[in-house]
Amino acid sequence: MTTNEHLKLESVSEMLAFVLAVETEASERYAEMAESMDAHNNTKVAEIFREMADIEELHAEGVQRQVTELNLEYLPKADYKWSAPEGPETGDFSDLHYLMTPREALLLALHNEKRAAVYFADIAEKVTNDDVKKMAQEMAEEEREHVQWVEKWLLDYPEDENEWVEDVDPPVEQG
Amino acid sequence: MTQELASSRSVSIAVAGSGGAGAMTTGNLLFDVAAKQGWFGTLTRTLGPQIRGGEAAAMVRLTTAPTSSPDDFFHVLLAIDWKNVERFAAEIPLTSDSIIISDVDGGDVPEVISRSGAKIVQLPIAKTAKQIKQGRPNMIALGILAEMVSLPERTLSDMLEKKLGRKGQEAVQSSLDTIKLGRELAADLPVVAKADFEQPAPGERMVISGNEAAGWGAIKGGIRFVAAYPITPATEVLEWMSSALPKLGGSLVQAEDELSSINMAIGGSYGGIPSLTATSGPGLALMTESIGLAVASEVPVVIVNVMRGGPSTGLPTKSEQSDLNIAIYGLHGDAPHIVTAPMAVEDCLFTAQWSVHLAESLQAPAIMLSDQFMGQARAAVEKPEEIDFGTKREVLTEGVEGYERYAVTDSGVSPMAIPGLPGGQYTADGLEHSPTGTPSTQDAHHAEQMDKRLRKLTEFDYADHWAAIEGDGDIAIVTWGSTTGAAREAAERLREFGINAKLIAIRLLSPVQPEKMAAALAGVEKMLVVEQTHSAQFFRYVRAQYDLPCQAKAFNRAGPIIIRPGEIVNEIKNWS
Amino acid sequence: MNQAASDIALVASDYKSGLKPVWCPGCGDYSVLQALTKAMASLALKPEDVAVISGIGCSSRIPAYTSTYGFHGVHGRSLALSTGLKVARPELTVICTGGDGDGFSIGGNHFMHACRRNVDITYIVMDNQVYGMTKGQASPTTDPFWDSALTPGGTGVSPFHPLVIALASGANFLGRAFSGDPKGTAAMIEEAIQHPGFSFVQILSPCVTYRPDQKDWRNKVRPAPVEATSDPARAARRLMTDDGFNIGPLYRGEREPFKLNQNNSSTETYDFTGQFEV
Repeated sequence: MTTNEHLKLESVSEMLAFVLAVETEASERYAEMAESMDAHNNTKVAEIFREMADIEELHAEGVQRQVTELNLEYLPKADYKWSAPEGPETGDFSDLHYLMTPREALLLALHNEKRAAVYFADIAEKVTNDDVKKMAQEMAEEEREHVQWVEKWLLDYPEDENEWVEDVDPPVEQG
Repeated sequence: MTQELASSRSVSIAVAGSGGAGAMTTGNLLFDVAAKQGWFGTLTRTLGPQIRGGEAAAMVRLTTAPTSSPDDFFHVLLAIDWKNVERFAAEIPLTSDSIIISDVDGGDVPEVISRSGAKIVQLPIAKTAKQIKQGRPNMIALGILAEMVSLPERTLSDMLEKKLGRKGQEAVQSSLDTIKLGRELAADLPVVAKADFEQPAPGERMVISGNEAAGWGAIKGGIRFVAAYPITPATEVLEWMSSALPKLGGSLVQAEDELSSINMAIGGSYGGIPSLTATSGPGLALMTESIGLAVASEVPVVIVNVMRGGPSTGLPTKSEQSDLNIAIYGLHGDAPHIVTAPMAVEDCLFTAQWSVHLAESLQAPAIMLSDQFMGQARAAVEKPEEIDFGTKREVLTEGVEGYERYAVTDSGVSPMAIPGLPGGQYTADGLEHSPTGTPSTQDAHHAEQMDKRLRKLTEFDYADHWAAIEGDGDIAIVTWGSTTGAAREAAERLREFGINAKLIAIRLLSPVQPEKMAAALAGVEKMLVVEQTHSAQFFRYVRAQYDLPCQAKAFNRAGPIIIRPGEIVNEIKNWS
Repeated sequence: MNQAASDIALVASDYKSGLKPVWCPGCGDYSVLQALTKAMASLALKPEDVAVISGIGCSSRIPAYTSTYGFHGVHGRSLALSTGLKVARPELTVICTGGDGDGFSIGGNHFMHACRRNVDITYIVMDNQVYGMTKGQASPTTDPFWDSALTPGGTGVSPFHPLVIALASGANFLGRAFSGDPKGTAAMIEEAIQHPGFSFVQILSPCVTYRPDQKDWRNKVRPAPVEATSDPARAARRLMTDDGFNIGPLYRGEREPFKLNQNNSSTETYDFTGQFEV
């Protein structure tokens, strides 16, 4: 993964702003995905995405707490332009289907968490500020924990549970 | 209750479920098997607003005699799940005699449903489906319902083989096994219907939708060119014709919009090929200027308008009869044209064929007003009889010196030259013209051409196809279109109560038939005008166009809640 | 396109109906009528196998002045009428006619889609950059600063470039003619009719009444300096530097025309009953 955002990550406050952006966007995206699944009555998958949204939100809240604890007066606006089409932990809308199974939803989440772990590890390697480096290492570790957690969750949905056999409610005309 | 329902002539069943639940599949299979078994009836549906995976309900009515009416309530509502059921709860009326079947793990029955007081039966639908590999809850539902309407296993397995066979034997077997478990679950449930008749011979019955019937009828009438622009709920007319036309050497072209599709159809018909387009309210609104062109240039063309709720984009998937005004009055200037309306799914076949006959015979546009309810309903009906109206456009067969395309004739119809005929060349024109077609602003030309265009419509013999008049009595139920089914059933029920009610269902909305209507209304003291509009368009039309020698009252309601026969019965019983 | 077999050769005047045009004396459309009839005579088309279709506007009066079949429809929809006729009756030669307002404003959407549909019809637009029948308003091809009662001081809106749009939309033959050059115009119409697929000819046809300034067009037009091409990219590049006065064929495309069912008048029967039987 090539990034250049972290080249500017020279202070703890900048790093925190960056992490806040990553986690907030990931959380918001999961919430939107949950909504679209709800609207199309795939509640099992909606629940998974909602849970993922909650996890990412907790993460974002943690960052916010750190800002307060460190008594940082200045937190740069978390308005990032990702070098990739989407944020490093943001789910891709085009991976969704209303018939998708819980297993497929979790695989999507796993993919996002793995991406995030690699991404933060990459930052840890490249930044020069020691505090920022430490923070990035912690972030990478947290994402790796998420990966393990999603992998565990996946055990509830073994391969052969796939119900994507046929579309019993094919598209209908609406206009 | 078991006894009562089992002996009745009709049973109504709704199957509801959200995306992926397959409620429509269940409803369709149930309906097809019942039709095979010999039941008559209709299958309608209601949908949520999603393109995919929305909540849906299949509404099946099975009857022992042909009917196009919905019943007053549903005997059975089977919910595979309850998601968003409030969106169409009002479309599934229940009473305390009804049975609600739901999944024991699917949560409480929502209040909008349970307040009917219906008996609630909770069964392990999803859990039982899991016992079978690839087993689906909707097949459990099909099993339960098949048991409740006593559908033979053999008919059901044959149908499944036919419908699912392409998915392989494993899929069929899995479904059959699941259905079997569903049947076992229904062991303690009452039988709500039992066929005490012979299975009809193959080919004796048909299952067809109104939109398919409209397309087929149009082709029977001679339509060989169609210009199409998709719109709900009319698209199926066009799609069906698209594959049917090439079998007859005809063709269909997809237009860029409705302004284009109507003009393409006029162009094709000007070329001598009977032509049609199909649309719904928004499309009809765009077409009106050009329908006026067909009036002035005397080019036959058929517009099938499958009505939905309006105004504007309105309710694309829900039925209404509110395009009546635009169909009759929507053209600018004095523009005599034909407006017809089928009365039921199977009547779409007859009325479409007749509409082509009228358009071709009268060299005028014919708007056929179908609606979403009958257009998208599937009906199990007797195979219709072949009809031959002897449809023939009056054409110029040989070129003549000084040919007058718009010659003023007694009938008002003038022989039309078809491009390719030497000596018949003329220019069709939407400008007022002289008999030769030359643009003219002279008063005499305008007067004689207007008279001719009106005369050909008013002088034509529409025979008794103009309306369905059934029964006798001093009370008349006057209606049109898909509310005819409910009106007819209401009249039948009133007769059982000793009230003689006459049904007058109008198929020819324009031009009006004053003498025939006067005869139909002779002896009538009260007439109830039944229609699915908010502003009582049909009631106002009847009052404006006909002399009414009786009291008249409107019973009207906007969509999407359809009018049911019991409501009409009550209106009449309470009319003092 | 259909050619007369062995009938007595018809001349241009045989393709005129004899009806007197309503056009103002000096109007370019007279010459276009002349060129159209000449082209039909040159191609020896049987008048009964040709249909000239139009919408509304001064130039849209042209069908009645020909001795072929004709249809004078509503404003803007002539291409739809033409398409329907040609698809239903492929053996006819269908020539669609009209003006810049009819074709590019109210009929603009149909213009694009007729180009991309590529049905074998010929579209002749008599472009005078003005609405004549309604007494001189700006049309889509009018210069932005041209003053009119409806848009005092001009529309301020860039003109529409019909050839650019037609090329981009997929027309199969493109050319520009000038009514002041009836011979060239006739030759171009002739070629357009013969070319398979959708052919579009923009004819600069001055309006003496509302655009007397167009008298100067005679001095502005010039033969296009290069030959027509079958390469749309080359044609596009030429249009980038076109000032609207290059005359001649621009593009002879090789796109596959819309496939027409040649058997529409068939009386074949087919029983659909089986589709619905239980």
